[in-house]
Amino acid sequence: MAGRVETTEPVGKSVPRIDAYEKVTGAVQYVDDIPFGPNLLYGKFVRSPYAHALIKSINTSKALALPGVKAVVTGKEVPNRIGLYLKDRFVFPLDRVRWIGEPVAGVIAINEEIAEEAAKLVEVEYEELPAVFDPREAIKPDAPLIHPDLGKYEVVPFIFPEPGTNISEHFKLRKGDVDSAWSQCAAIVEDDFFVPQIQHVPIEPHCAVARWDKDGTVTLWAASQSPFAQRDLIAQSLDIPHGNLRVIAPYVGGGFGGKAGVSIEANVVAMSRAVPGYPVKVRMTREEEFLGTNVRQSCAAHYKIGCDKDGNLLAYECQYYFGGGAYNEYGVNITRAAGYSCTGPYDVPNVKGDSYCVYTNTQVGSAMRGFGMPEIHWGLEQMMDRLAEKIGMDKAEFRRRNCVRPGDKILTGMTMPQVDLVKCIDLVTKAINWDKKDKPSAPHKKRGKGIAIMWKAPAMPPNPGSQAIVRFNEDASVNVFVGGQEIGQGTFTVMAQMAAETLGVPYEWVRITANPVDTKYSPYEWQTVASRLTWSMGNAVKAAAEDARQKILQVVAEYWKEDPKDLDIKNGVVVSYKSEREQSLKKMVVYGLPNENYEGWQGGPIVGSGKFMPTYVTGLDPETGQGTRAVVHYTVGAQAVDIEVDTETGQIEVLKIASAYDVGKAINPDLVMTQIEGGAVHGLSAAYEGFYFDERGKLINNSLVDYKIATVMDIPKEIHGDIVETPLEDGPWGARGVGEHVMVQTAPAIANAISDAVGVRINTLPLSAEKVYLAMMKK
Amino acid sequence: MLHEITLTVNGEQRTVAVKSHHTLLKVLREQLGITSPKIGCENGECGACTVLMNGKAVNSCLVLAVEADGAVIETVENLSKEGELHPLQQAFVEHNAIQCGFCTPGMIMSAKGLLDRNPHPTVDEVKEALAGNLCRCTGYIRIVDAVMDVAKKGDA
Repeated sequence: MAGRVETTEPVGKSVPRIDAYEKVTGAVQYVDDIPFGPNLLYGKFVRSPYAHALIKSINTSKALALPGVKAVVTGKEVPNRIGLYLKDRFVFPLDRVRWIGEPVAGVIAINEEIAEEAAKLVEVEYEELPAVFDPREAIKPDAPLIHPDLGKYEVVPFIFPEPGTNISEHFKLRKGDVDSAWSQCAAIVEDDFFVPQIQHVPIEPHCAVARWDKDGTVTLWAASQSPFAQRDLIAQSLDIPHGNLRVIAPYVGGGFGGKAGVSIEANVVAMSRAVPGYPVKVRMTREEEFLGTNVRQSCAAHYKIGCDKDGNLLAYECQYYFGGGAYNEYGVNITRAAGYSCTGPYDVPNVKGDSYCVYTNTQVGSAMRGFGMPEIHWGLEQMMDRLAEKIGMDKAEFRRRNCVRPGDKILTGMTMPQVDLVKCIDLVTKAINWDKKDKPSAPHKKRGKGIAIMWKAPAMPPNPGSQAIVRFNEDASVNVFVGGQEIGQGTFTVMAQMAAETLGVPYEWVRITANPVDTKYSPYEWQTVASRLTWSMGNAVKAAAEDARQKILQVVAEYWKEDPKDLDIKNGVVVSYKSEREQSLKKMVVYGLPNENYEGWQGGPIVGSGKFMPTYVTGLDPETGQGTRAVVHYTVGAQAVDIEVDTETGQIEVLKIASAYDVGKAINPDLVMTQIEGGAVHGLSAAYEGFYFDERGKLINNSLVDYKIATVMDIPKEIHGDIVETPLEDGPWGARGVGEHVMVQTAPAIANAISDAVGVRINTLPLSAEKVYLAMMKK
Repeated sequence: MLHEITLTVNGEQRTVAVKSHHTLLKVLREQLGITSPKIGCENGECGACTVLMNGKAVNSCLVLAVEADGAVIETVENLSKEGELHPLQQAFVEHNAIQCGFCTPGMIMSAKGLLDRNPHPTVDEVKEALAGNLCRCTGYIRIVDAVMDVAKKGDA
């Protein structure tokens, strides 16, 4: 570390990122940067040219005859299914392809060029089947059936597929009596919305290297948010004992959910089995990244919402049809999350919600920042605006009146944990001068303001665990071992702060030993997803540090013949409040302390361990979605935007985004701000993003030329952020996660501002100047 | 076909035999072991492979290695000297202008390319210089602030 600054009691302070130095100097190795020497082989996928077809035969002889080709691997070598919540896919398909781009076989050669050439020589005979791309079409009784074997798939107990249809999950939420509530409503709005599939576009494409050694041990190096989950799923699918499969995951060059679960990694491991002893690398080109890796699901939503004359929400009915893509092994849980959070952050007495995950012949829908919430908030936050308009109430006030508050029995019957959403609304409306109408910059432009609020729970199984180990070195520096991944969010920094605070040592003394995360040596961590690390891994780190601290105090107390309760560690020194004695941690944390006159020793190398697993989440009734506790907690927030619309072109300029999120406790306030800023721009960018397909289901915009993400030229003039701190009951120092939340409601906030500026409503993403212009023309 | 080229990379003269169709990016990464220029798109769209070539920021994925014969190449590995960060690197650290870090080397080299020829740019000039470098994490604000900070101090 540069400089000799020492930061004591670092929780709540904006200390510098622990990974900054290695990242600005180019020292960081991502998967693709790891040297494997001249033995390294390269793999390429043969991809399906059909959206839906039977595989009649695969002939690999021409490919194998090409000099430099080592092997070709197909589905028959890997006959077990794989999946996180629903085992619905083979590593390589056995008899059927389900999207244009699905890997059908893997070719291994001595270099990338030969592998690419050989992939073209693999002859696959297909029998094309009718395909379906839109979830609204795929639920019809006469739609082509994409998974005829759905009823045979292994599935977790809280997911409910409907065999004989394309529905892989149907979540039902029933609260109160919606049907009789409509008659009491003074205003009702009803409409349809659509969100297309989009991609994460991490700047680092997916990359994996696997080596299957002759003794049966297997190593996978992967750009991964989920080394442990990958080990579990791949071990099961490829019949590898868990202890024989080692997943090594260095820093990730952007995840956003795209590197959660399994995408290409099982294929690469399966391929490596054909060439024992050789590492095999498969790296996605940018085109393949769009074509062949996971994407955010599409969502077709229908809403009917009503309130009384004073603006109190009375009834909420919705149907969400998620276009889950070809395989829904992960996506089913996104649909479930959208179901149990279907009202958004509102307290509504009568709710009827149906959330469906639907197979479609498109890219695999999977986790993406926000996990079901951006998809449903797009429509619901516009509908709330329209309802407020209808009864003539201020839109911020309407939200204040109806938003969830601690202690509410929310839609699932769960009691709402501590959050302060009203404060978030107050802060963003103040930051954006909500009540003041600003002048546009030119006569042909119009200004508008919009607000949107959100909630999101970490959507995961009831019991994902975290584990941590704290180990001291001779100079009292500390290595904190964790299995969570640094994907840019700053988790290593936050973990170091928590460990230092608990141990009573300066922040600068702590190193995070998790680059790479290595399932052979690292403590367990379920996945780096769901904004869960600050809370869950943080609790484990805190427990491990507390364990180490107690062990140190025990040793020193015995040495001083004092009660450990009278001792503390301050700035790396054990102090006694009773005798005022002091003992430096240096050396003693490894070598222990001598007895008087060196009559023996006590203590020894200090190591602490800790774990955290939520134990209180309950099941939900499959017919009503009711239960004691659906989720661990919710993070809530508000966003307001100030925009200008060019009435001659439809061009939208976002002038300011103001955000406020209740993070419980900002362990590192500036890192929270970087999530607030980066998330807002991601949300803004995503509002303009969408996949375009031709009539056969082929992705048209499969490059960064045609699929645009925000550049530095597109950012708002000002991004304002406020941090609200209402402590979470079981969060470390009260903290809860905020990584995903900021992009959830940016798109609807902009849509609401467009309506405010020019009086048109856009129900279908992506936004575009053309779409706004045409809507204005139609008005 | 192989071509022998000689180029100066981070102050060291290097001679390598390269294939006609291989890019400077590929040669830097695979033959010279310099991995800070990243493979993000291989199409000149993301900027993660940006290096300075004869002082000018280029996408090294769009430069054929043979075109770099005789050229002076600088990557982010060359910026910090004797344990001291370059002012741009220091500013990126101080402003928390880094998240996942994958775009960071290219971003810093684009910024250096600008400041070397224009030490006191305006915000718009900074944005223009960075417009070809994609970042999915930070929202760019901190990056622009970091570069402007160095530009104001004028010690790049």
